[in-house]
Amino acid sequence: MNNEWPLWEIFIRGQHGLSHRHVGSLHAPDAEMAIKNARDVYTRRNEGVSIWVVEAVHISATSPGDKGPFYEPSQSKVYRHPTFFDIPDEVGSM
Amino acid sequence: MPEKAVNESDQQALFQFLLRLGDNTLVLGHRVSEWCGHAPVLEEDIALANTALDLIGQTQLWLGLAGEVEGKGRDADALAFLRDIWDFRNILMVELPNGDFGQTIMRQFLYDAWSSVMLGRLIKSGNPAIAEIAGKVSKEVAYHIERSADTVVGLGDGTEESHKRMQAALNYLYPYVGEMFLSDDTDAAMVSAGFAPDPASLRDEYDVLVAKVLADATLTLPDGSYTHKGGRTGAMHTEHLGHVLTSMQWLQRAYPGSQW
Repeated sequence: MNNEWPLWEIFIRGQHGLSHRHVGSLHAPDAEMAIKNARDVYTRRNEGVSIWVVEAVHISATSPGDKGPFYEPSQSKVYRHPTFFDIPDEVGSM
Repeated sequence: MPEKAVNESDQQALFQFLLRLGDNTLVLGHRVSEWCGHAPVLEEDIALANTALDLIGQTQLWLGLAGEVEGKGRDADALAFLRDIWDFRNILMVELPNGDFGQTIMRQFLYDAWSSVMLGRLIKSGNPAIAEIAGKVSKEVAYHIERSADTVVGLGDGTEESHKRMQAALNYLYPYVGEMFLSDDTDAAMVSAGFAPDPASLRDEYDVLVAKVLADATLTLPDGSYTHKGGRTGAMHTEHLGHVLTSMQWLQRAYPGSQW
């Protein structure tokens, strides 16, 4: 029998306007306690204004073995970067 | 009675009142800190350490104000580390040993519930310094009660083993709850000054709050109305307070004035 609480991935918004960022994971019996635990483990130095928790089993991820077919083909396709346009000075920094 | 003497006895009552608040948070904060590195899981370990630190932070405010009111040059550190048992004014419940995790959480809940009700009144204190401290700390106490209440429900309405332990903790601790609502001359002086409520007047709100959480936790209040008392008046502490002070105060006793 598994006596461990499920694992939760924790996302914290550092300040208004920024997106939530993955900060780590922890164990908790349910979502409410996961939020409370995240508050105590990850925001005790005033790091956040919002917390998301997601049970780790609900996250689907690419596997390291997919690296070749997934990512390598784009390495040689520099034309996909929008670096070949002349930007008028008046536009300013982009 | 000459006016000055009246003022002095009022100041003395205010000093005692502030010691009661500050000694509660000091002794409970020290007790909770004993879990640091020993809690059943990492998440609870950090949460308990945070709670302990919050309580010690509250102690700095209450005892700091107590030292100012006393006017003898003692600061919060002097009051915390250089008084002996008979000068402590905390309720007996907070000096009891931690027991198992469930007993620690039950004590925290029973205290947090009182603390949140008390602070709700102290925010409206006629003494601006008391009202300011109450306003500042009531936010973290709102979190403490949310967390301890949730954990009491989780464990009470949990497994057969956790339910049994939480009921045992409640049976053991409940006779210490009544001391929080006893009134004496010090309280009467605070009421007439408009500084604080009569402790007895908090009981109904407290009972409603506690009954709701215990019902969710499937726990039953024990029969009997016997109340252990003597801590907040200083008449008699349990044997446990001396041990708490020994570990808490030894450094300042052995190396007076040492800093880090």
